[in-house]
Amino acid sequence: MSGGSFYQRDRRWHPPAYSPGYKTSITRSPQKALIALDNTLSEMTGPVFGHDMLGPLDNDLIRNFAKDGDPIGQRIIVHGRVLDEDGRPVPGALIEVWQANAGGRYRHKKETYLAPLDPNFGGCGRTITAEDGSYRFRTIKPGPYPWPNGPNDWRPAHIHLSIFGHGFAQRLITQMYFEGDPLIWLCPIVATIPDKAAIERLIAPLDMANTVPMDARAYKFDIVLRGRRSTLFENRMEGN
Amino acid sequence: MVQSLDRLKESASQTAGPYVHIGCTPNFSGITGVYEEDLGNRMLSPETKGERIRVIGRVFDGVGTPLKDALVEVWQADAAGLYPSPQETRGQADPHFSGFGRSPGDMETGEFVFDTIKPGPVPFKDGRLQAPHLTLWIVARGINLGLHTRLYFGDETEANEADPILSRIEHRSRAPTLIAPMTTEDGRPTYRHDIYLQGDRETIFFDI
Repeated sequence: MSGGSFYQRDRRWHPPAYSPGYKTSITRSPQKALIALDNTLSEMTGPVFGHDMLGPLDNDLIRNFAKDGDPIGQRIIVHGRVLDEDGRPVPGALIEVWQANAGGRYRHKKETYLAPLDPNFGGCGRTITAEDGSYRFRTIKPGPYPWPNGPNDWRPAHIHLSIFGHGFAQRLITQMYFEGDPLIWLCPIVATIPDKAAIERLIAPLDMANTVPMDARAYKFDIVLRGRRSTLFENRMEGN
Repeated sequence: MVQSLDRLKESASQTAGPYVHIGCTPNFSGITGVYEEDLGNRMLSPETKGERIRVIGRVFDGVGTPLKDALVEVWQADAAGLYPSPQETRGQADPHFSGFGRSPGDMETGEFVFDTIKPGPVPFKDGRLQAPHLTLWIVARGINLGLHTRLYFGDETEANEADPILSRIEHRSRAPTLIAPMTTEDGRPTYRHDIYLQGDRETIFFDI
C-alpha cells in the first residue's frame, strides 16, 4: 500500500472548534488560526495494530463484560466498512467503540445519571477491519441520556467510535446515530456540524438484510477516512 | 453541472465527550477484565534503544483551568528517526518500540505522562532534517475535532533553530509554545509541557 500525503481536510464540513450551542466548546476552542503544515513523515505514518492484540470477545459488547447473563436491552449488530475518500477499503484499521447502556447510563466514575448500571454491560469494544475494510460489533442499543448543557438537553442514542487508519493524519473520533431518532435534530453536539448532509452521513440505517431473525437487528455504518496521494517520495511528482 | 469527481467525503468528526476513557483506556476508567492492558499504556521495553525521557503536562482551557477529561496521544520516531509503521520506507524501525502512546489526564490534577525515548531527527520533504519532535493529538469534551500539535525539546536549541517548521512560524513569539524545557526529575530527563487551548499563551495547533 503506497502512502503519500493526505488530501486536505475540509474544515467547513467538520464542526468548527467554536460552536457556542455546545457550551464546553466556548473555552476549549483555539482562537488563533491553525497553522497549515504540509504532511511530513510524522503525519503520513501512523501506528498499525495487529489482529493478534484482540481478544475473542473484544467486538462483542453483549458478552465481553457479562458476569451472570446477558445485558438488558435491544440486541443489535453494527457493521460496515472503513473506506478512504477514493472509495478504497482501509484494511487493518483499529476501531474502538464506547457507549452507554440501554438506559443511557455510562459505566464511568464521574457519571451521576440516576438510571442504573447494568451488571452485565461494560460499554467498550474494539475490532480491526478485514482486507475489504469490513468490521462488525454486537452490542445493546444505547439509550438517550440527559446532559447539563441547556436546561433540558438530551443526547440521541449514539455510539462513539475512534478510528486509526494508516497515517496519524487520518486519526478520527466521531459518533454514530440511529435512523429515525427525533433527538438527532435537537442535539447541540450534532448541530456543531454545519452541513445537514454531513450529519446524515453519521446516521446508521436499519439493515434488515443483515438482521438475524429472532436474535438481533442490524445497523449499517460506513466510515470514511481521508484519502491520500500515491507516493511517499518527495522528489517525484505526487499523484494517483 | 460539471462531472462529478466521484469522491467520498470524510466522516465528520464529533467530540470524544467526557467518557472517552471507557472506550480508549477502559482499565483506567475502572472497567477491568475486558482488555488485558490499555492501548498505548506502555511504549517501551527493556530492549528499546534510546535515551529514556519523561514527558509531563497538562491541558488548560481558556479560563486557565486544567482539563481533567482530556486524552492525549503521541506518535513519534524511534531513536534512529525511523517510524514503526508499515508506511516507513527508509528502513526497519526498532522492533522494541511502539512509537504510539496514549495518556488520560489524571482525574484530579489533569496531568498526562509519557515514559518514552527521545526520537531521532526525521527528514522534511526537501531533505532537510526536522528537529526531534513528538506529534501530539488531543481530544476531550468540548473539542469537536482532535487538535494536532508538536512537542520540541528545549535542549535541542541548534536543531530547533534549523527546524523547517519552527523556523517559518510568522509570529516568532508563538514558537516557544511548542518547545518543552528540560529538567531532571528522579535522575531522568523530564520535559514539562503544558498546552493552552485558548488565550494569550495559546499553543500552536496545526492543520495537517
